[in-house]
Amino acid sequence: MHRTGELSGQFQTLEQQKESATLGMWLFLSTEILFFGGLFLTYTINRHTYADVFSYSSRTIKLSWGAINTVVLIGSSLTMAMSVWSAEVGKKKLVTFFLIATLVLGGVFLGIKGIEYHDKFVEHHVPGLGFDMYYCTKNPGACNLRPEDLQKERVELDELTKKMGGETAVNANSQLFFSLYFGMTGLHALHMIIGAGLLLWLIKQSMAGRFTTQYNTPVENVGLYWHFVDIVWIYLFPLLYLIDRH
Amino acid sequence: MSEHIVSPKIYILIFAALMILTITTVYAATVDLNAHFAGLNVIVALLIATCKAVLVILFFMHAYYSSKRTKLIVFAGFFWLAIMLSLTLGDYGSRSWDVH
Repeated sequence: MHRTGELSGQFQTLEQQKESATLGMWLFLSTEILFFGGLFLTYTINRHTYADVFSYSSRTIKLSWGAINTVVLIGSSLTMAMSVWSAEVGKKKLVTFFLIATLVLGGVFLGIKGIEYHDKFVEHHVPGLGFDMYYCTKNPGACNLRPEDLQKERVELDELTKKMGGETAVNANSQLFFSLYFGMTGLHALHMIIGAGLLLWLIKQSMAGRFTTQYNTPVENVGLYWHFVDIVWIYLFPLLYLIDRH
Repeated sequence: MSEHIVSPKIYILIFAALMILTITTVYAATVDLNAHFAGLNVIVALLIATCKAVLVILFFMHAYYSSKRTKLIVFAGFFWLAIMLSLTLGDYGSRSWDVH
């Protein structure tokens, strides 16, 4: 990567140099689209095949955390976009400020994700680790659920068990949902962690005053990556959290 | 450089639109749309998500202001995704064997 914003020999103009960087970043992102696309495809086929169990499993995830995280992540996209603007107009202190704000919001997102994962561990909803969809209803008090929610869960679970013809079928199919839930949100979280690393790298350079109106390609390209990760969440949220909430 | 600088005003407007769409999608999930048309809930959820994604791509990611060459790459990424989804789902949907 051209680190100073000077024109490298293979380009005719700075504009061309910058465009090739943007083009390359989008090329990388198109491979990422297909990478996540495979998971979304697997999800679609399984959700179609095991519609009732997916619907029930989805409702055991707390909607409020997912909704808050959507707001947090879109907010971090706004601060990321603002840091790109700050770099483009040469407001050096604002670049650092907005990069730090993006990092903080990313951290809040991961923190909330951690709370959600913790809940799922407590509820025995983690595939392979003593997975049991009936754990909460069989051990009242073990899960952090309100009595009315627990009662609702019991009624819905009884109905689902009858429909599926036994607890084994419910547990087998809901493990599929939670494997996809942890696989997809986990891969998304991994992308966020990598993004946080990139932000730290940008903040260090930004504090040294490296980004100018002439040279801001790293901010722009990390921005593209960050927004892409935001888009993945924009699809994950309705698909994982919002199945049949009525 | 003739590069286009997107103003904070546009970013804030897009953010506001994304927030409104987020509230809409949460609300839409609590209404039983499937009663009107099977699968309408997920169709509405995906339509709203796609609107949000398009706003992010065009404005936060500057695709709207970028060169034709860059736009082609953006389009190609999603076009190949569409190939993967449509051919695989078409295959699954048209097979005689039952996956259940």
